[in-house]
Amino acid sequence: MPRTILEPRIRIEHLSILDADGNLDSALEPSLSAEELLRLYRAMVLGRRLDERMVRLQRQGRIGTFAPIKGQEAAQVGSVFTLRPTDWMVPSFRETAAMIFRGWTIEQLLLFFSGHLEGGRPAPEQHDLPVCIPVATQLPHAVGLAYAAQYRGDDAVVMAYCGDGATSEGDFHEALNFAGVWHVPLVLVVQNNQWAISVPLKKQTNSATIAQKALAYGVPGIQVDGNDVLAMYAASREAVERARAGDGPTLIEAVTYRLGVHTTADDPTKYRSEEEVKAWERKDPLTRFTAYLEKRNLAVSGVGAEVDAEIAAAVARFEAAGTPDPLGMFTHAYGAPPAALDAQREEMAARLRDQAPPGAGGEGQTPVPMRGQRITRR
Amino acid sequence: MAGHAAMSKLNMVKALNLALQQEMERDPDVLVLGEDVGVDGGVFRVTDDLQRQFGSRRVIDSPLAEAAIVGTAVGMSLYGLKPVCEIQFSGFAFQCFHQIENHAARYRQRSQGRFGCQMVVRMPYGGGVRALEHHSESEEQFYAHIPGLKMVVPSGPRAARGLLAAAIRDPDPVIFFEAKALYHAAKEEVPDEPEVLPLGKARVDREGRDLTIVAYGAMLRVAREAAETLAAEDGVETEIIDLLTISPLDRETLAASVGKTGRALVVHEAPRSFGPGAEIAASIMEGAFLSLEAPVRRVTAYDVPFPGFAREKATVPDAARVLAAARETLAY
Repeated sequence: MPRTILEPRIRIEHLSILDADGNLDSALEPSLSAEELLRLYRAMVLGRRLDERMVRLQRQGRIGTFAPIKGQEAAQVGSVFTLRPTDWMVPSFRETAAMIFRGWTIEQLLLFFSGHLEGGRPAPEQHDLPVCIPVATQLPHAVGLAYAAQYRGDDAVVMAYCGDGATSEGDFHEALNFAGVWHVPLVLVVQNNQWAISVPLKKQTNSATIAQKALAYGVPGIQVDGNDVLAMYAASREAVERARAGDGPTLIEAVTYRLGVHTTADDPTKYRSEEEVKAWERKDPLTRFTAYLEKRNLAVSGVGAEVDAEIAAAVARFEAAGTPDPLGMFTHAYGAPPAALDAQREEMAARLRDQAPPGAGGEGQTPVPMRGQRITRR
Repeated sequence: MAGHAAMSKLNMVKALNLALQQEMERDPDVLVLGEDVGVDGGVFRVTDDLQRQFGSRRVIDSPLAEAAIVGTAVGMSLYGLKPVCEIQFSGFAFQCFHQIENHAARYRQRSQGRFGCQMVVRMPYGGGVRALEHHSESEEQFYAHIPGLKMVVPSGPRAARGLLAAAIRDPDPVIFFEAKALYHAAKEEVPDEPEVLPLGKARVDREGRDLTIVAYGAMLRVAREAAETLAAEDGVETEIIDLLTISPLDRETLAASVGKTGRALVVHEAPRSFGPGAEIAASIMEGAFLSLEAPVRRVTAYDVPFPGFAREKATVPDAARVLAAARETLAY
């Protein structure tokens, strides 16, 4: 009755194709057409520019609290790029680049981050869930979607996103466990951006990698340089193909960095050094991808100006939208609303009719912070 | 077709099983998941034989994790399926409470009508099984308070069957509480053909003109017992309202009854403060204030953590407590 080794084959891979200095491992280089490469590039530039614009809009008081993605463009765009429109995308709350790529409009995101319910409605045929705020709680939904796709015999794949902090939540583990047992077509992208507000990864987990957490659930896990869009694309494509072929879920740990604030109500100088941020700025996903495109003579000028114009037009439409109708809060509370709720709606409607001007309430209030946020401005 | 509809005498377990079986036959999008619901047929046997009939893809023995049972059911419902989850005991549902409150109840609004969670979460609740802590509590107040949800508590086999079918067909997420004390308590005639009872509609279980007793779930029989004694010993005609749905509350039926009797008491197993009795009393105030001859009384569990089954009889309302409260209300 000796002690024996039951599982000697545990292996965690790390994938990097294009490093921070623009060096390419050409053996691993994915075959992407020029058109595809430029679509990736444009989506990353749009993600970056929109992010910077939204932070400014928040500082000017024109939108509410916002969770920026700066530095995580490759992790998001490289992965979401591998989905078909009929696949499903399940975001947390820091996936603006991926969401835009999936068809959410800029205007909708502006509405969402301004507290308008209207920002959360996917288009009729869009297979995307809206932003989910409570950490990791969206992951069981992704597993349920994937189960339902399999149950119906559809070949849809579900890609879900969460952060490194989410891997401490029970829902993360429950979702991975169910996904493993049910063998569902799921790709879980963990954007390990090193910080969960002020808590660094080493205080979040004693695991050497997040990828290895998948192995306990019988799910393959791979660590990828999340600032390398080519590696993110390659790993995601492999995982999506595996899922679509009926070979089950995959966890992708995208090693990246949140260059900006957790949200616009956060002050990172309190918990991390400028040197650390500077070191990661040298690994910027856009810098290296731009260098790669230049080397391949694919670089195009004017993309920045083009997306800026697109953003500006969306901001103008958003700001013309005005105050939402207060009665809208009743419209989608229930599918079959109780009679008493109709009475409450009528109570409000009567009060609004008596008031002049209508819709005056609600403005000028202090914004309510999201989880872990202070209301102070920098 | 002439003649009477065929009926079978069923206990509540069999009646619930019949509802699930018929709804699954009717609609391939209905599926069942939870702990031990498949091979074992559920610890109370409510899902007995369903896996044999419908297969293990539709009757899923899930891993042991309440949050993921409800969370994956939310995802399934977003895809268009109609999952019926079983939480083994309501005392364990706090581990999926966030999935119910944060998501099941909100997806319709969050997505502005693009998605809804047409799903049912079944849970056995209440005392009567002599089991350890967290197996005897009544927590309906938590769910009844959540906008976007509906909260149903049937009082017997026929109601259980008809309301479960309604809950499965309702577009909104429904929390469905099953009184453990009633599972095998009595048999009732239940129609063989599918029967769907309306959600949000209370039932006048007994008509009377002197006093209204509002009850639901396992407390209905306690109310009936007290009403019998009041009729026999006091010559009092009690009207009993069987709520059936806690939320949305059938305020019209409450107001109509108390408008007639002028006196009301509410019976429930949940602790008193901020319990359903408070909302029911407020609703009666709003709907029948000028008819009231006495304050609305509440006969409930006491405001202590559930004291264990050795003291269960001392906290769960019984007919004697209801009777005493009724006599005080009548004498007010």
